[in-house]
Amino acid sequence: MTARMDKRFADLAAEGRPALVTYFMGGDPDFETSLSIMKALPSAGADVIELGMPFSDPMADGPAIQLAGQRALKGGQTLVKTIDLARRFRADDQDTPIVLMGYYNPIYIYGVDRFVSDALAAGIDGLIVVDLPPEMDDELCIPALEKGLNFIRLATPTTDDKRLPKVLQNTSGFVYYVSMNGITGSALPDPSLVAGAVQRIKGHTNLPVCVGFGVKTAEHARAIGAAADGVVVGTAIINQVASSLTEDGQATGATVPGVETLVRGLSAGVRSARLAAAE
Amino acid sequence: MNETPKLNSFKAGPDEDGRFGIFGGRFVAETLMPLILDLEEKWNIAKTDPVFQAELQHLNTHYTGRPSPLYFAERMTQELGGAKIYFKRDELNHTGSHKINNCLGQILLAKRMGKTRIIAETGAGQHGVASATVAARFGLPCVVYMGATDVERQAPNVFRMKLLGAEVKPVTAGHGTLKDAMNEALRDWVTNVDDTYYMIGTAAGPHPYPEMVRDFQSVMGREVREQMMAAEGRLPDMLIAAVGGGSNAIGLFHPFLDDASVKIVGVEAGGRGLDGEEHCASLTAGSPGVLHGNRTYLLQDGDGQIKEGHSISAGLDYPGIGPEHSWLKDAGRVEYVPIMDHEALEAFQLLTRLEGIIPALEPSHALAEVMKRAPKMDKEQIVVMNLCGRGDKDIFTVGKLLGMGL
Repeated sequence: MTARMDKRFADLAAEGRPALVTYFMGGDPDFETSLSIMKALPSAGADVIELGMPFSDPMADGPAIQLAGQRALKGGQTLVKTIDLARRFRADDQDTPIVLMGYYNPIYIYGVDRFVSDALAAGIDGLIVVDLPPEMDDELCIPALEKGLNFIRLATPTTDDKRLPKVLQNTSGFVYYVSMNGITGSALPDPSLVAGAVQRIKGHTNLPVCVGFGVKTAEHARAIGAAADGVVVGTAIINQVASSLTEDGQATGATVPGVETLVRGLSAGVRSARLAAAE
Repeated sequence: MNETPKLNSFKAGPDEDGRFGIFGGRFVAETLMPLILDLEEKWNIAKTDPVFQAELQHLNTHYTGRPSPLYFAERMTQELGGAKIYFKRDELNHTGSHKINNCLGQILLAKRMGKTRIIAETGAGQHGVASATVAARFGLPCVVYMGATDVERQAPNVFRMKLLGAEVKPVTAGHGTLKDAMNEALRDWVTNVDDTYYMIGTAAGPHPYPEMVRDFQSVMGREVREQMMAAEGRLPDMLIAAVGGGSNAIGLFHPFLDDASVKIVGVEAGGRGLDGEEHCASLTAGSPGVLHGNRTYLLQDGDGQIKEGHSISAGLDYPGIGPEHSWLKDAGRVEYVPIMDHEALEAFQLLTRLEGIIPALEPSHALAEVMKRAPKMDKEQIVVMNLCGRGDKDIFTVGKLLGMGL
């Protein structure tokens, strides 16, 4: 597996705080702006970056991420360009793990073997592919793992103890616990229920467990981060980008600074999360 | 030299992972995985359970009105001057199409699974109406997702669904057609996993839906075999059916797949022609990809983004196809051809005037292919076409296209 991911989580464990995992959409609203957003994330406090691959039919995403994908595709984003985005970022940053997140079809059309080697060459550390459950591991998961690319699996409230071992079997990097049944951008679930679920998953694996779905503010990040190894924020960042655009969807001077401010606040949230746990 | 081993049956699929060759499978979010595994388990029990089968058969007979007639279209046969033309008249079913065959089966399963809420996607509204109908019959609330474009062009079916007590949710994403409705239904399902049953309307989606929907729809093909033996004492020479997602076609075709003497033709929506983007001929002009839970032929660009497509018929306006059709195409067992909007419109008018039957625009595509093939066949030969839906829903669309005022 790429060492970057394991080192990042080991360092954070030593530091005694959860990771801030930030999702944004590659190419939203255009390639150069999204590259600037990506480059701004680490200094604003992002520990791991999830780079969204736009897809025309994002079946597990809410309206915010659907629209972000449409803006990106309209701006000419392709999987080739999304991998290039990672490569350009990696030229200046050797430490922040990058996880590509999206749906399988663009990867399938790109060609699995070519995709895995191009992703590794670009400095990408892991993959989250929403519509590839363990039953479909032969498609991409196994080829990716064999070449040393992490395959990060989603666990959900419907993943019961019987199914959990199957979900965790070929998972590496971290486990992404989707804290509720539903699409991205939903309301925040009860943090105490989330804590119980994280403990349940930790009973089955030594991997870090990051929690996402519904985290929008520093306060949410602090509450969820109290029990998890990482907090994933996506829709809030996408919304921040969307709110900064002109009426016809063009970036403005406020686009990148707006994301930086939001992420700085979220970062403060995760940095005080263990205090929240002690309270 | 190694030869590809000859298949001893075209009816063996899918395998235990839901695959028809490379097609099919279970490409869904983890949240849905436990649900479709549970559905598969319950379906495997139900399909061999005589109690379930008897219950379904009772409803088919007394509620739907099965068996539907196999009708010899005498005037159409004379007009075309070639093969004898028979219609499988599933347009006479309660609710006006073959969709009810599947919905009755699935709602019995939903009841067995203890689900208390039904969701469905619909294109032409025929599956939406059938879903709303069975939901009313079994006293369950029903939400139907329908593309905003389709809500407009299939208004009569929207009224029917509302009268039946269903909530119709228009979907504005994309072109506002069947693909977008299916995305939205999947989003609903992933949010309401505990109480909700997703009643997929065509033989597509994650395993076990393609197999299950096919098996419920195969009642048509089984009846045709018996009815044809009674009428002509032999099997037909050719079967023709329209394919959108492909449920009426697979329902007619499946019981005949291993009869080599029966030529089988599926008709796709050629829209305004295959040269441009405005068609839905995923088998003729698409390539294999992954969407809505299965691998199948899709209309897509070089980046794997799904195209929107176009058809005059809302029921065929879908950029994918059931996975078994993809496999049957690659295996060479079924021939798939496109029919253009204007050809379907001509066939619609011919059937209406010659036989006094107003067909839906979906089977009008199949009929247009019959009109091309039957004249070239011998008078002793027999063609069966699936007349899978009636055209009440389409009269406003057709009237507008023909410039008819009221």
